[in-house]
Amino acid sequence: MGYVLNRLIQGLTVIAAMAGLVFVGVYAIGNPVDMLISPEADQAEIDATIARLGLDKPLLEQFLNFVSGVLHGDFGTSFIYNEPAVRLILDRFPATLELAVSAVLIAILVGIPLGVIAGLIPDKPAGRSIMAVSILGFSLPTFWVGMMLIMIFSVWLGWLPSTGRGETVELFGIPVSFLTASGLKHLLLPAINLALFKTSLVIRLARAGTREVVGQDYIKFARAKGLPESRVILVHLLKNMMIPVVTVLGLEFGSVVAFAVVTETVFAWPGMGRLLISSIVQLDRPVIVAYLMLTVLLFVIVNFVVDLLYALLDPRVRRKGA
Amino acid sequence: MTRAAETRAEPTLVVKGLKTHFFTEAGVVKSVDGVDLTVDRGEILGLVGESGSGKSVTGFSLLGLIDPPGRIVEGSIRLSGEELTTAAPKRLRELRGNRIAMIFQDPMMTLNPVLKIETQMVETLQAHIKIGHAEARARARDALGRVGIPSPEERLDAYPHQFSGGMRQRVAIAIALLHQPDLIVADEPTTALDVTIQAQILAEVQTLCRETGTALIWITHDLAIISGLADRVAVMYAGRIVETGAIADVVAHPRHPYTHGLIGSVPSRNRRGERLTQIPGMTPSFLSLPPGCAFAPRCARADEACGLLPELSDGPHLVRCFHPMDRGEPA
Ligand SMILES: Nc1ncnc2c1ncn2[C@@H]1O[C@H](COP(=O)(O)OP(=O)(O)O)[C@@H](O)[C@H]1O
Ligand code: SF4
Ligand SMILES: [Mg+2]
Repeated sequence: MGYVLNRLIQGLTVIAAMAGLVFVGVYAIGNPVDMLISPEADQAEIDATIARLGLDKPLLEQFLNFVSGVLHGDFGTSFIYNEPAVRLILDRFPATLELAVSAVLIAILVGIPLGVIAGLIPDKPAGRSIMAVSILGFSLPTFWVGMMLIMIFSVWLGWLPSTGRGETVELFGIPVSFLTASGLKHLLLPAINLALFKTSLVIRLARAGTREVVGQDYIKFARAKGLPESRVILVHLLKNMMIPVVTVLGLEFGSVVAFAVVTETVFAWPGMGRLLISSIVQLDRPVIVAYLMLTVLLFVIVNFVVDLLYALLDPRVRRKGA
Repeated sequence: MTRAAETRAEPTLVVKGLKTHFFTEAGVVKSVDGVDLTVDRGEILGLVGESGSGKSVTGFSLLGLIDPPGRIVEGSIRLSGEELTTAAPKRLRELRGNRIAMIFQDPMMTLNPVLKIETQMVETLQAHIKIGHAEARARARDALGRVGIPSPEERLDAYPHQFSGGMRQRVAIAIALLHQPDLIVADEPTTALDVTIQAQILAEVQTLCRETGTALIWITHDLAIISGLADRVAVMYAGRIVETGAIADVVAHPRHPYTHGLIGSVPSRNRRGERLTQIPGMTPSFLSLPPGCAFAPRCARADEACGLLPELSDGPHLVRCFHPMDRGEPA
């Protein structure tokens, strides 16, 4: 369990470092009064807020106040919505999470089979075409593809809606779209859009992994044992190839959430990425600070889970870690 | 004659004129270029030659496990009377691991690192016979016990990295023996192991094969290793068999200059202190072989006649050479 503890300490260090950076960025550099108080406030409001936030206190004391706020999940109140910034973000978090998870699922379900095929027949036309598609997926900008998807499927064909989240139902108290027909329809285009880049990544990882594993002696030995080819591929090859793919994909989950900003904007998906953009536009700084801190927290948690998952997949690591 | 009677009459393995070539960008690599082999039931054949002479490619060809750009281009492989070169992929799969098995050179790479030993053994059983999991596990456990793995019941649940190299090779041997095949191809299975373990494993495999009536092709670059254990030996050079005969006969009276050199470069007890004779020159590249006898550039006996390709002679002790050594000549 020393392994788990070690990872936990690393994670906390990252969060502490980020808190320091955000503090320096928002409080220490520039004038915190300008940064933290709505420009539309009058003098009385400004004075009241300065007193309440303790901006007239020494820097160290301000930092301690900030840290204590972070520890209590208190990042201040949104100027625009006049609600706690954390609440605003957490309200929109399920929508983003649903979008990101759907995108990753699509990336896995589409990317792994294609990558394995491309790895098994790298020189055949099918293998080459898959790689060409993956290069395209890497190079096309997400927002442009999103607009094309809307053009084709919403405007021309009229099959799928282009904005919003559709009908949601509560699952364990969290609103989700994928359980209603209208929600699923709304989810499809944004999820595909967000999945595009990661699918290309998964295809490459799966292809590289397949090519490496397929040349290993243990694959030849599996064939020499007379196993059906399906078992050689689905068990012997896939189990080994999945280790790096799952690891990388897990580590990339945070960036899927971050990328969601673009997709959410294009599809007017009511997630936290869209909130971030509007907060930046409207200079709603408490929300920005809260978004940054929560994203770091998410990254740390995801990496931690991926480490555990990796240990679970690879018996060699499991042994050492135990 | 009935099919069964025919089958009984045939040796376990008859290979005729086998050619396996690799079609690479640099040219056609003729790794196996006209190999003939016969292995009788329960017989142990040593296949000897320097590294790169085509031994492994021969072994993989027998199992139909040559990957592109390689392919068997010519010849016949008959296993207990059944032709393999023209067999359907499905039939080859049925035979592999069942009637013909293989043990690889590097035990550290042979077993799948993420699957339990049990899984890797049970799947081998279930690939060929209808058998429940509990029964398959029991058979796997017995097989591990037979190759000398202590507490086999617990070891079934271990992963390969929890075994030493020698123990992993024993697991691979146990897997090869699971279906009591007609033939096992062992491709330098002890080269990566300690000398003491090498001898032990070789002796055990010999015993196990004798018990089950399994024929064995033991591939090695070291004639000394098999000289006490094999029945016959085939010496391979540049994709061809250059000499074959009873092991005692070949070791005592090598007739091909290459075999002579191979024996000369093996240190032996009664020759201690003598200078080792080395075969001059290097293993040739398959892309630039001389047109006639492939050994000519390294051969002290070479003359104009050797510009043609020598045929394998007849008789019990065959040699592919225009000027073979006589029995009387000092080895
Ligand atoms: N996949 C391949 N592609 C091209 N050449 C190969 C391939 N596999 C083996 N060869 C060639 O076949 C020759 C014989 O190899 P091998 O049978 O492994 O030799 P040995 O087992 O006797 O050491 C080597 O020279 C090697 O270059
Ligand atoms: S055929 Fe000629 S070159 Fe070849 S081994 Fe015999 S003597 Fe030497
Ligand atoms: Mg070899």
